[in-house]
Amino acid sequence: MDTFIEFFTFQYPNIKYVLFGSILLAVSSAIVGCFTFLKKKALVGDVVAHAVLPGICLSFLLTGNKNPLYLIIGAFITGWISIVVIDGIVRKTKLKEDTATGLSLSVFFGIGILLLTFIQKSGNAAQSGLESFLFGKAAALVGADMWLFASVSVALLIAVFLLFKEFTLISFDQNFGAAIGFPVKGLNLILTTLTVLAVVIGIQAVGVVLMAAMLITPAAAARFWTDDLKTMIILAAIFGAVSGTAGAYISFVAPSMPTGPWIVMVISIIALTSFFFAPKKGILYKALKRRRIKNLILQENILKMFFQLGEEAGDFNTGRSVLELQDKRPFRTKELDSGLKRLQLQGYLTNQNDKWQITSEGQNKGRRIVKLHRLWELYLTTYLRIAPDHVHEDAEKIEHIITPELEARLEKLLDYPELDPHQSKIPYQ
Amino acid sequence: MNDLIIIATGSLVAISCGLLGCFLILRKMAMVGDAISHAVLPGIVIAFYISGERDSIVMLIGAGLIGILTTFLIEFLHQKGKLQSDASIGVTFTWLFALGVILISYYGRNVDIDQDCVLHGEIAYVPIDLWITEGGTNLGPRVLYVMSFVTLAIIVFIKIGYRGLFFTTFDASYAAAIGISTVLWHYLLMGFVSLATVASFESVGAILVVAFLIVPPASAYLLTNKLPKMLMLSVVFGVLSATGGYYLAKSLDGSIAGAMATVSGLLFALTFFYTRLKANPVTSSSPVLQES
Amino acid sequence: MIQQVQNPILEIHDLSVSYDRKPVLWGVDLSIPKGALVGIIGPNGAGKSTLIKSIMGLIPLNGGYVKLFDKDLDDVREKVSYVPQRESVDWDFPASVMDVVLMGRYNKLGLFSRPRKADRDAARFALEQVGMQEFAKRQISQLSGGQQQRVFLARALAQQADIYFMDEPFAGVDAATEKAIIKILKDMSEAGKTVIVVHHDLQSVAKYFDWLIMLNLRLVASGPTDKVFNEKLLEEAYGGKLTLLTEVGQLIKQEKFPGIEK
Repeated sequence: MDTFIEFFTFQYPNIKYVLFGSILLAVSSAIVGCFTFLKKKALVGDVVAHAVLPGICLSFLLTGNKNPLYLIIGAFITGWISIVVIDGIVRKTKLKEDTATGLSLSVFFGIGILLLTFIQKSGNAAQSGLESFLFGKAAALVGADMWLFASVSVALLIAVFLLFKEFTLISFDQNFGAAIGFPVKGLNLILTTLTVLAVVIGIQAVGVVLMAAMLITPAAAARFWTDDLKTMIILAAIFGAVSGTAGAYISFVAPSMPTGPWIVMVISIIALTSFFFAPKKGILYKALKRRRIKNLILQENILKMFFQLGEEAGDFNTGRSVLELQDKRPFRTKELDSGLKRLQLQGYLTNQNDKWQITSEGQNKGRRIVKLHRLWELYLTTYLRIAPDHVHEDAEKIEHIITPELEARLEKLLDYPELDPHQSKIPYQ
Repeated sequence: MNDLIIIATGSLVAISCGLLGCFLILRKMAMVGDAISHAVLPGIVIAFYISGERDSIVMLIGAGLIGILTTFLIEFLHQKGKLQSDASIGVTFTWLFALGVILISYYGRNVDIDQDCVLHGEIAYVPIDLWITEGGTNLGPRVLYVMSFVTLAIIVFIKIGYRGLFFTTFDASYAAAIGISTVLWHYLLMGFVSLATVASFESVGAILVVAFLIVPPASAYLLTNKLPKMLMLSVVFGVLSATGGYYLAKSLDGSIAGAMATVSGLLFALTFFYTRLKANPVTSSSPVLQES
Repeated sequence: MIQQVQNPILEIHDLSVSYDRKPVLWGVDLSIPKGALVGIIGPNGAGKSTLIKSIMGLIPLNGGYVKLFDKDLDDVREKVSYVPQRESVDWDFPASVMDVVLMGRYNKLGLFSRPRKADRDAARFALEQVGMQEFAKRQISQLSGGQQQRVFLARALAQQADIYFMDEPFAGVDAATEKAIIKILKDMSEAGKTVIVVHHDLQSVAKYFDWLIMLNLRLVASGPTDKVFNEKLLEEAYGGKLTLLTEVGQLIKQEKFPGIEK
């Protein structure tokens, strides 16, 4: 707790820089990342992150110092070229986008490594610190540099705020944008520029490899929680901020721990949690929903069976054992058991001395399913001219899907028929 | 002698990666290869920590499994989670790579893995890292043995599995229709990509492996449409990159792996301009078009 | 048969277009009168969508020019609307129906500014026209194919243009939607708007359109439906593959044909 207080009361001035630096970088790349994500260009950030390295080295070689402004300009130029290269390869050759992306990424990075090692070996005293671009060093975000990065971040945020409508349009439907006369090319240019800028400043904190995560992961996580673009962007920004804070805090508590990888670790955990547990879109939620539907179908099938048995015997009040039931329809024992118990809880079935009996509510429900089954069979044979011996399986599925509204329409359309195609009586209330 | 050993090692890396890379780029999975090469890092660190040595069989197998796991995770998020594929790749590999870097920091001195080594390897140390038997006999550079073994395994794999790989790459639905398991070949290929990545890790680093996986096959593909020829050409481009890269690095006194990637890019650029030039010997607008 | 008109609202002069070097439209020359409801028909790969896209300036022209209202497209953008193919966008995009329809107002808004109440009203009115007002807040991925098409149409209507280009608005929609859409198009045409539609189904051509453009890599016919919708011209458009034309195109794509600049 003490460290917690110590951290958030900024007892060390450096913490303030590192914390605000991390948050600012994480937030601005998360916001720009939302658009690259939606444009399905998520990996562009990865390429640019690798491609800025030769630019940084070249600008150091040319100017001989580590003035962050020069480094940013150098990084910006080669980052841009890498995108142009991808574009050129895709347009002018048969190579596909993934190949062009990987190619541009690895070659630019190779050149960067070559230059970096060349600088290191040439023993230039001022070179120390260039490596921090490789793995990132959030702790390096101090003083004057910090102001430069902060102003770039703020400029980024303002640009996105002003051009929100335009970026949405080119992300959703470029052709329409061009058709109504929007400067689509220019807007793409601006968006790419913002991406490159976000990378150039973010790379300081997390390094070459992990920069891609700062752009992609918050957007991907946010997408699972909402269908509204504004909400998505705000969520992505919050996720970015949380991970930036967490990363800075962890490396403060355990100084041997690197800030950048921890930022990425935290944002990845947020993302994985979202993928699995987010309501509606989450993998777990969808699996649960599938299970619920499966259970529902099982229960309806059981009630249907009880109704059919009652129909055959002309008596709906007989108690039946599990074996008798399985004789009628080969349910798996475990499934049947759980289905029966659930139906008992809902009051559709009763159980006496291991004999199961249908209640009148259960009977109504079972009758409806049987009715729907037979109506649908009749519908298929009448309207789709499907042979009567081919309609059963389809009806087995559809009977669970039909809504009361469709039910009424079906009845009306077929004019409340008496018999189904197999001459079985269609039961009404 | 040392020159030769380094060039030989680089060439072996280039050959094994180039052969696999041909299938990767034809399957539009170049970036999955990129992802695997990053994602095996935690596997390497853990295997390293457990076995305490490099190049153990444990490590090769362990990292191979992590590579397959990565592929699986990417597919899982894409298909079950409905996450678009580029984002699914990006999220997966950055997460695993972050885990790897954190593990390196955590194990600290216990694991002899240098962060720089992760990025660009240290092929220059290959000649001095010797395999000395318990009897004290010097058998030569250890990495050379590992790389030869891996290269051989990959060549055998492609030789035996050529038909399966070819069919599932060219037309996956047709392959499935005639009963070839696309899933099996997919994961086999990814397993071998992981193997190649791990084996090359020490010499060229986890990231520059990508250059060897993608660039020589891409150059080869520009020159031919036939798969056997493409495989041959990418081997040629790979070996040329390794050799040229070594001498470039020597003259600049820089990273050998970085220089090899640079040369492979240079060769690609040359191929690119060569094919453009061949396609368009004359450039003038044509009046013939108006004939209709 | 190519019927030219006086004071056309759309004039295409000797237009040629290539995709990836391969020519897909050769020397198209036609004019369309104001207020017409025009169908563009022709077999698969005839260049129907290409024609619309090149009119909208989405594909560079190889030769020729396009005039709308006797002007260049850039001078009359606000009077021209476009409905792309439904599959051309990702319907999983995080946007509501309203968000998409509002995009039709963007060119009136210009850069930087946000949609105002008047724009929302126009969008709502457009949604009413296509019978989708209740879906304004719905997420677009939850719409059926027919509903998505209606949303695209509403977006174009919200633009309040004078000439509309629609790329296969009937593709993959249910019969009810098709009926509703054609009614809207006919109303628009009666109100003096010109509507140009890429269409696939020959059965309904005579019922739907009063003017036809028949394409098959080149212009086969352009004129009033009752004059051009006959067997001879259909045969010319759909029958006999233009093998020579296709083969020459293929040669150009394979770059075996010297002297074509991309």
